[in-house]
Amino acid sequence: MLKTFLIGIKDLRLAFRDRAALTFMLAAPFVLTLGLGLVTGRFSGNANTGITNIPVIIVNLDDEQLGDALANVFTTEELAELVEPTFSEDAEAARLLVDEDQTAAAIIIPAGFTQSVIPSQDSFAAGNVELQQNIQIEVYANPSRPTSAGIIKSIVDEFMSRVEEGRVSGQTSILQMILTGRITPQQAEQAGLEMGERLQNSPDTDALAITLNSTTADGEAAQFDILAYLAPGMALMFLMYTVSYGGRSILAEKTQGTLPRLLVTPTNSTQILGGKVFGIFLTGAAQMLILIGATTLFFQLKWGDGIGVVVLVLAAVFGATGWGMLITALARTPAQVGSIGTAIMLIFGIMGGSFISLDQLPPFVQTIAKITPNAWALDGFTTLGLGGTLTDLSAPITALLSMGMILFLASVLLFGKKNLVQK
Amino acid sequence: MTSILQVQNLSKNYGEFTAVKGITFDIKQGEIFSLLGPNGAGKTTTISMLSTLYAPTSGDAIVDGHSVTKDPMGVRNVIGVVPQDLALYEDLTARENLIFWGQMYGLSGQPLKNRVDEVLGQIGLMDKAKDRVKTYSGGMKRRVNIGVGLLHKPKVLFMDEPTVGIDPQSRRAILDTVKDLNKQGMTVLYTTHYMEEAEELSNRVGIIDHGDLIAIGTQKELTQQVGETETLILHISENDDPAALATAFKGIKEVLEANVINHEISVITPSAKDVLASVVSKANERGIKIHSIDIREPNLEAVFLHLTGRALRD
Repeated sequence: MLKTFLIGIKDLRLAFRDRAALTFMLAAPFVLTLGLGLVTGRFSGNANTGITNIPVIIVNLDDEQLGDALANVFTTEELAELVEPTFSEDAEAARLLVDEDQTAAAIIIPAGFTQSVIPSQDSFAAGNVELQQNIQIEVYANPSRPTSAGIIKSIVDEFMSRVEEGRVSGQTSILQMILTGRITPQQAEQAGLEMGERLQNSPDTDALAITLNSTTADGEAAQFDILAYLAPGMALMFLMYTVSYGGRSILAEKTQGTLPRLLVTPTNSTQILGGKVFGIFLTGAAQMLILIGATTLFFQLKWGDGIGVVVLVLAAVFGATGWGMLITALARTPAQVGSIGTAIMLIFGIMGGSFISLDQLPPFVQTIAKITPNAWALDGFTTLGLGGTLTDLSAPITALLSMGMILFLASVLLFGKKNLVQK
Repeated sequence: MTSILQVQNLSKNYGEFTAVKGITFDIKQGEIFSLLGPNGAGKTTTISMLSTLYAPTSGDAIVDGHSVTKDPMGVRNVIGVVPQDLALYEDLTARENLIFWGQMYGLSGQPLKNRVDEVLGQIGLMDKAKDRVKTYSGGMKRRVNIGVGLLHKPKVLFMDEPTVGIDPQSRRAILDTVKDLNKQGMTVLYTTHYMEEAEELSNRVGIIDHGDLIAIGTQKELTQQVGETETLILHISENDDPAALATAFKGIKEVLEANVINHEISVITPSAKDVLASVVSKANERGIKIHSIDIREPNLEAVFLHLTGRALRD
C-alpha cells in the first residue's frame, strides 16, 4: 500500500515537472475558458452575472394555470437580469424570429397543456389517473446561441420537473382520499383545484410544486454564470488529456527501462500498476482542483456547494482514469496512447458538451454521450452552478463511479492478457 | 569460498529461438565474475533471468539460498541490478531518484537519507545531487544508474554492460567503483563484450556465445586453452580476397589456425617471428598488399577466437 502511494506521488511530481504536460493540463483549459468567457461577454458586464438579457419569446397557447405559471417564471425578479422575455400568440412567428437570430429561443406552450397534466374528474371516476395524451412544451432553440438557448432550456426543464413532481404527489394524495372514502370520485377535480390554490397561497414557497429553483443554500439569489458551464467543460475536456498522459507513462516506463527496474525490486506488479493508476488519479484531481481554484480566484466564479464540487471532481477523475487505463491497455506504444488519447479528448469534449450544450445535440448523440465522463460531470457541475448540492448529484456520481469500475475491470483483464513485461 | 549463486541448466526460449541454452555455473561469495561475449550472445537474457525479470524456460538459479523460480521476492531482496540501458526518471534530481528507488527497496526515514548521502558520495555526485538527471552528462547518468543498484547494500550486484557508450574518464571511474565495491565484500556479476574490462576486473570469466557457456575459469586457465601461442592480425585491402589468402596461410608449417574477420586475417602460431616472412611472401605471391600486421600475446580475445573462430567484436 505504501509503495503504491509512493509510486503515485512520484508520478504526480513528474507530471507537474513536464512543461508540455502542464500547458495542456492547466494553461490550455484556463486560457480557453478565458477566451470563451470573453466571447460570451462574461467579462464585459457585471462580473457576477455573466450572460444577461437573453432574449426569449413565449407563446402561451394554454392560457391556464400551468401555462401561466411558466410564463410568469420568466418575469420573476430573480431572472430579471438574466432573461428578456417577450410574449406572442403566434407560434410560427416566434419560430421565425429564432430562425432570423432575433431571439435565443421560443417557448411554445401548447393549448391543453394544463389539462394534460391535471387529470379530469372523469379520469378519477374511472380510477385511471394516467394522462390521456402527452402534450409537451416546445423549446425552439437558436443553434447559433447554444449557451443562451441551453440556459432557457434548463429553466424550462427545471419547471417541468417541478410540474411532474407536483402532478405525481397531487394524484397520489387525491387517490388516497378517494380510496379512504374522504371524497368521492366526483369531488376529485374540485379537491385538486382547492389543493392547488392552498399551495399557491402558502407562505412556504418551497412547498410549491411549480417553482424555479433559484436560491442558493444560504438563501442568496442565484444567477446562472455562463462560466459555471464553460470552465468545467474545458477542465473536463483536458482532464481526458491528463488521464491519457498518465496512461502513456505506463508504457513509457516500459520503454525507458524504469518499469523493468521496478519489477526487479521487492515490489509486486499489483503494487506497481496500482501506483500508476493512483498517480493518474492524483494528477487528474490536482489538475481539476487547481483549475477550480484559479477560476474562482481570477474569474470570481462560484462553482457551488463545496462538498458537492469535491466529491464530483473525485468521481469525474475516477471515471476518466478508467478511460485512461482502457486506452493504455489497448495501445502498444506510448505514441499510440497519445494519439488515441488526443482523439478521445476531442470527441468526448464535443459529445460531452464541453463546446456545445448537450441539449443542442441530436437525441442519439445525447444517448451516446452517456459513455463520456464529460457529460455526466458537466451535468453535475451545472446542477451545482444552479444552486444544487451534493444530494442532487446522485445520478452523475453513481454513473461516474460505475463507469470507472467497469473500465478498470476491463483494463485489468486486458493488461493480464498482454503482460506489461515479457516474461 | 562458498558459492552465493548457483546457476543450474538455465534456458530461455523465445518461440523457436533459444537465447540461452542450458548454462550452468556458480559464483563464489566475494568474487567478480564476468560473462564475456559479443552482442546477442545471451548475457542480458541471463542477467534478466537471474534478476527475476524473465522467468526461465527451464532450469533454475539459487541466489543466496533463494530460487529465482520459487522465491523471486527473496531473490530481489538480496540483489542489486544495474541495467544496460539507463533506467532513471530524468525529470527527478539524482537525490530524488535515489530516494524513490530506496523506498522501493523498503528503506525509509533517516536510514534512507543517510544511505542516499553515502551513495551520492560513492558515485561522486554529492555536489550535483539537486540537479535534474536530464541535465547530466552520459557518464554522470551512468553513475546514478549504478548508485540505484547499491542503495540497499545488496549481497550480489548484477551489472549489465555498465560502460557501453560512455567516455573513457567515466568508464575508468565505473571500473574503479566496481573494484572498490568488491573490496568491501560485494559479489559482482559483470557482463561485457570488452575483453580488457573482463581481464582487469574479474576473478573468473565465463565466455558465452550464441547462448552457450563455452568456457569458464580464471584468465590464466582460459588462456592456457589456447596454449603458448601468439596471434598475427593482418589488415588487407577491401578489394582483395582474404579467404583465399587464409587458406594459403594454413599451408605454412608453423601456422596452427588462420581465420578471416572482415578484412583481417588472424593467424595463430607458436612463434610469430618464425612465420612472419612466410606470411608476407604468400601475400606477395597473390599480389595482395598488407596494410599492417599486429602481433598479440595470448589473451581472452585469442581464447574467444580459438573457441569460436570469430572475434569478440563480430
